[in-house]
Amino acid sequence: MSDHTATWYNLYDARPHSEVPAESPLAWSYHHSGRPSVSQKSRVVLRERAMAGHLILRGGAIVLDEAVRGVLGFGLPGRPNTLTLDERGERSIQWLSPDEWLLIVPGGEEFALEKRLREALGDAHYAIVNASGGQTLIELTGDKARELLMKSTPYDVHPEAFPVGKGVTTVFAKANLILRRPTEERWELVLRRSFADYLYRWILDAGAEYAIGVEE
Amino acid sequence: MFHIYCPYCEEHREEEEFHAKGQAHIARPADPEACSDEQWGDYLFFRDNPRGIHHELWVHAVGCRKFFNITRNTVSYEILETYKMGERPRFTAEHPEGKPAETVAAEKVADEADMVERQEGVKA
Repeated sequence: MSDHTATWYNLYDARPHSEVPAESPLAWSYHHSGRPSVSQKSRVVLRERAMAGHLILRGGAIVLDEAVRGVLGFGLPGRPNTLTLDERGERSIQWLSPDEWLLIVPGGEEFALEKRLREALGDAHYAIVNASGGQTLIELTGDKARELLMKSTPYDVHPEAFPVGKGVTTVFAKANLILRRPTEERWELVLRRSFADYLYRWILDAGAEYAIGVEE
Repeated sequence: MFHIYCPYCEEHREEEEFHAKGQAHIARPADPEACSDEQWGDYLFFRDNPRGIHHELWVHAVGCRKFFNITRNTVSYEILETYKMGERPRFTAEHPEGKPAETVAAEKVADEADMVERQEGVKA
């Protein structure tokens, strides 16, 4: 192994102040496929947490954990396929692979956070990639949300196999996404931008029998 | 459908999430310039096609995206074990019922000694 680590990197704000409003990967889908409104009959409700900050952290678990704890106040999940949340449940870190984690924070925080993490990590061997523009996060709630998932993914979403605090990357309607369960009631799906429209339409179709509603 | 145990995710996943990448444990010749055409051709193109136990390289393509090895019986399609990169298989053609525990332990000690030696060699 080489003793050299990169000391130079591109760091730029992916969300500069501009006149042109930023749009989520689902903006066109809302326009084109519409948003069924939430009614009394809706047993599944979809809500997008658009424009959140997504950072991919790569490196050794111990080094990253120390830096993240110092900056954010909570650490990396210790076990595969799990996630940790801060006290308010706004920020989360999910295990993606033995040397890779997904950090999701409220939109607008990610640039400053990336800078602070880089300062905390110094010349350690690591990588941080801002993936905010490449993916979006949607939430499914309602008593039939699990049934909708059962129709779409081969992964076992029974509460015994998928307890709160679990998160996996898996197949969903022949595409792939990150499926996670931060609380008892809520399922989160992290969609890639290129699959977002397809998956949105798939979910509307799969949720039609449960009168799925999309919150504004 | 296979149900395959990913040694990195530490759970069984659907076969759909994986991709087979051919024979495992193919070492690149240390000095390619010194190879004969036959040796280089063997390394690049020629693969074993055994009846019985076969070691294969797989990747958890939709998941952790890590490569790992599978020991599979090509007659019964039974998956005997999955193991991480750098580890040795417990089931081999010589030991179709699995290596005895002493052999596994002895190999582990030898591998660790080898690793230390190589790291010290790099530093020196």
